[in-house]
Amino acid sequence: MMLNKLKRILGIVVLGLSSLYVNAQTVAATKNDSVDVMRSNGKIFVVMAVILIIMVGFFIYLFSVDRKVCKLEKEKH
Amino acid sequence: MLRAYWWKILCIVLLMYVCSYGFLVKVPRLDDRMQQTIRNFFFHVPMWFGMMILLMVSLIYAIKYLNNPTTTNDIYASSYAAIGTLFGFMGITTGALWANYQWGQPWSGDPKQNGAAIALLIYLAYFVLRGSMNDDEKKARISAVYNIFAFFMLFPTLWILPRLTQSLHPGGQGSSGNPGINGKDLDYHMRIVFYPAVIGWTLLGVWITTLRIRVQLLYEKKENN
Repeated sequence: MMLNKLKRILGIVVLGLSSLYVNAQTVAATKNDSVDVMRSNGKIFVVMAVILIIMVGFFIYLFSVDRKVCKLEKEKH
Repeated sequence: MLRAYWWKILCIVLLMYVCSYGFLVKVPRLDDRMQQTIRNFFFHVPMWFGMMILLMVSLIYAIKYLNNPTTTNDIYASSYAAIGTLFGFMGITTGALWANYQWGQPWSGDPKQNGAAIALLIYLAYFVLRGSMNDDEKKARISAVYNIFAFFMLFPTLWILPRLTQSLHPGGQGSSGNPGINGKDLDYHMRIVFYPAVIGWTLLGVWITTLRIRVQLLYEKKENN
């Protein structure tokens, strides 16, 4: 049940964040020359995606450890 | 509280927000040097904030242990110290990475960098001290006292001495204030990512620490049975 709630929340967050990509078009239009290199060649999104993937993986790991510890604690009682 | 999941969900939401919007938010352009690397501010600085908070909680449990010598207090104190020190190392590493591009080299002998290294070495000595003793009660008592000393050493090394001399970090002589704490100094766009970042990364540190604590408490219970 906990995992379903988490999936739902994560789903909302991801869908909400993907709306930012639409806004990015207008922001990029007013970009400042040498500064927004990574934005102009789209690589900043690669950086962001890599970090998000790592974070999601880490959270999945943390959550599974959390659940295992919960199970062990319940067994003890 | 350790088993509650609302603050863990909050941690995840905040960090997903920081790790995504942190790269898209419009950051101020001051001169031709800093530019986009200022985004590291959302990672490097919260590591240090997180460290201070975690080490402060460790201090509180160390003092609690001295008042009431239970194994639980000792486990809490040492776990928070461990993850606090880990955050300190993450802070120093992200700082060196940032400095490599911003200041030309990863280690410039900057007062705050040296201070941070010294502070972390003092905390590493805390773990060496713990490892050197076999008797649990003596280990807990002596390391609790050392914990208090180690925490108060954070202040001269990180906060006071770097501000008394010339420093590459903001806050040194000749530069202004502390953009992390002084809300007025920090650009609005950065503030809306920075404050959630501090909360998110700190909650992550607390989450990792509580998992450590729970596992160690399970070992304790197993030994006592």
